[in-house]
Amino acid sequence: MAKSLGPVKRKFSPWTDPSAVPFIRFENITKRFGDFTAVDNLTLDIYEREFFSLLGPSGCGKTTLMRMLAGFEEPTEGRILLQGKDISGVPPYRRPTNMMFQSYALFPHMTVEKNIAFGLEQDNLPKGEIAARIQEMLKLVKLESFARRKPNQLSGGQRQRVALARSLAKRPKVLLLDEPLGALDKKLREETQFELMDIQTNLGLTFLIVTHDQEEAMTVSDRIAVMDRGVIMQVATPAEIYEAPNSRYVADFIGDINILEGTVSTTESALGAPGAVRIDCDGVAVAVEQECQAVKGDKVAFAIRPEKVRISPDQPADTSFNAVYGEVWDIGYLGDFSVFLVKMADGRIVRAAQANVSRLVDRPITFGDMVWLTWPLDAGLVLTR
Amino acid sequence: MKSSRFDATVLTLCFAFLYIPIIILIVYSFNASKLVTVWGGFSLQWYRTMWSNEGLMDAAWVTARVGVLSATLGTALGTLAALSLVRFQKFPGRMLFSGMIYAPLVMPEVITGLSMLLLFVALNIDRGFWTVIIAHTTFTMCYVAIVVQSRLMTFDRSLEEAALDLGCPPVKTFFKITLPLILPAVIAGWMLAFTLSLDDLVIASFNTGPGATTLPIKIYSQVRLGVTPEINAICTILIGFVTIGVIATSIGTKRAELNRIRDEHVALRGTT
Repeated sequence: MAKSLGPVKRKFSPWTDPSAVPFIRFENITKRFGDFTAVDNLTLDIYEREFFSLLGPSGCGKTTLMRMLAGFEEPTEGRILLQGKDISGVPPYRRPTNMMFQSYALFPHMTVEKNIAFGLEQDNLPKGEIAARIQEMLKLVKLESFARRKPNQLSGGQRQRVALARSLAKRPKVLLLDEPLGALDKKLREETQFELMDIQTNLGLTFLIVTHDQEEAMTVSDRIAVMDRGVIMQVATPAEIYEAPNSRYVADFIGDINILEGTVSTTESALGAPGAVRIDCDGVAVAVEQECQAVKGDKVAFAIRPEKVRISPDQPADTSFNAVYGEVWDIGYLGDFSVFLVKMADGRIVRAAQANVSRLVDRPITFGDMVWLTWPLDAGLVLTR
Repeated sequence: MKSSRFDATVLTLCFAFLYIPIIILIVYSFNASKLVTVWGGFSLQWYRTMWSNEGLMDAAWVTARVGVLSATLGTALGTLAALSLVRFQKFPGRMLFSGMIYAPLVMPEVITGLSMLLLFVALNIDRGFWTVIIAHTTFTMCYVAIVVQSRLMTFDRSLEEAALDLGCPPVKTFFKITLPLILPAVIAGWMLAFTLSLDDLVIASFNTGPGATTLPIKIYSQVRLGVTPEINAICTILIGFVTIGVIATSIGTKRAELNRIRDEHVALRGTT
């Protein structure tokens, strides 16, 4: 089953180019439903051919934002520009966007091919062209032999493919995907994520996906917008979101992280490293090599991912900073990784993850052992928000 | 065992109570004797006299036309009412409106009939064929609205949004997506409306005029002069119509159910 690798992926980052014109622009968008503010004065640029994710918990406004782009909701304030044109007031059936619905919304009284043809028939395309386009779409989602079936004669994965084919058939400028893989099981979901990425690159379309699954967003996206209660907390690439979250909320939402609240004790390069900060986290002295806006006395949080924390039974040479002593309180064995929950004398817990590189069943560190946790100067980060 | 014998007895009595009068009516429609209560052998003569009774046949024809027209109008209006009640979730007074749609169901027919009559008199409209249709449309549309409304409650709105999203304007979306999917409920509503119009005596007698005598009115006035076996014959035919309607509906539902089960099997086999 060798597959062609396709063209080499070029580095794609139009958002770093100040002269690039955004393909979609949400400009000071506010949407209220009665007293409830679903989206609050939000501004966001999305570029052509981008695979963009809106990520957040349910009720954060991500679906509302997408529905405003599709035309099902009108913004209370602000405007949406598509290729520089204001699309306010344009009804959904005249917008060059197509949406793949969370429930798939396949027409139950039509066969697979009729479902795919539906959008094309609205454009009054010639019969031959519609037939050709249906074949192309069926081939794309590998459902050629299912053309004459009704949606309720298909499995969940197949329905998902039909929904994708139907929304792609009109070759929309922007494809909107509302929790597209939510109903699939984990294996199928991962497979489909890569297929979606392939399709997006090959067709050269702009994809906007709404999801609450951070792994999904990390896998497929060029950029992610993390949302909370109607506002965007951070817009960045998956790696930036993971390695340099800008707030406690984003850090906590994406992946696993240790957060220690503390106060800045020094900001000068007392450690010889430029831009270093020292934080006192209730007795744990932390030094971070990071330029930040915090000044002495500020309440900040120190955050560090478990896989960047080293765990050892031996005492390190320097215990004056970035070192925590405690008891192994619990171990989570995940197969590829083991997560150690280490309890400090005051009861606070710090997690450290270690890759299980050898096939040992008995680990050198076990429950109740006293261990040292250490980390380098550049492993953690200071969160001021 | 004791309780089940009790159940069987109760059930038998109930069905006997319900169906014996109807069975007697049907049996006596085939009676050769002129006396309604004396069996004089099998005969189809009353069906023949009924057929040649012009007054009765006219009334049947009026009833059929009133039934079809008022059921069709009632279904169209009732479906629209159901749509607006389900869809415009938050307009002020929605509760009042949805309550008001049920009112004619519990309103005594005499009052509905009388109030319609007063309206026609006030508007100076001559009573006849069309006033009966208007009156029937008014009271059957409520039943249709309720039947269609319950179907729309479970209707997935994203289907309509998907159609709009694919470039289909709202009115076309209604005819291509919404209507085909709620059609079973609309047809059921139409059948209900037709049956209601068919057997209505009270409202029709208030609002009818010369030349627009419906079958129930005709039967009622003839019975006052004495029951003839002819009446039994026409009633048997009416029962036949209603029975065929009920059986057709239930076969249709059964078939839809079987199709659904078959489709699920196909889907399971198709899963790889």
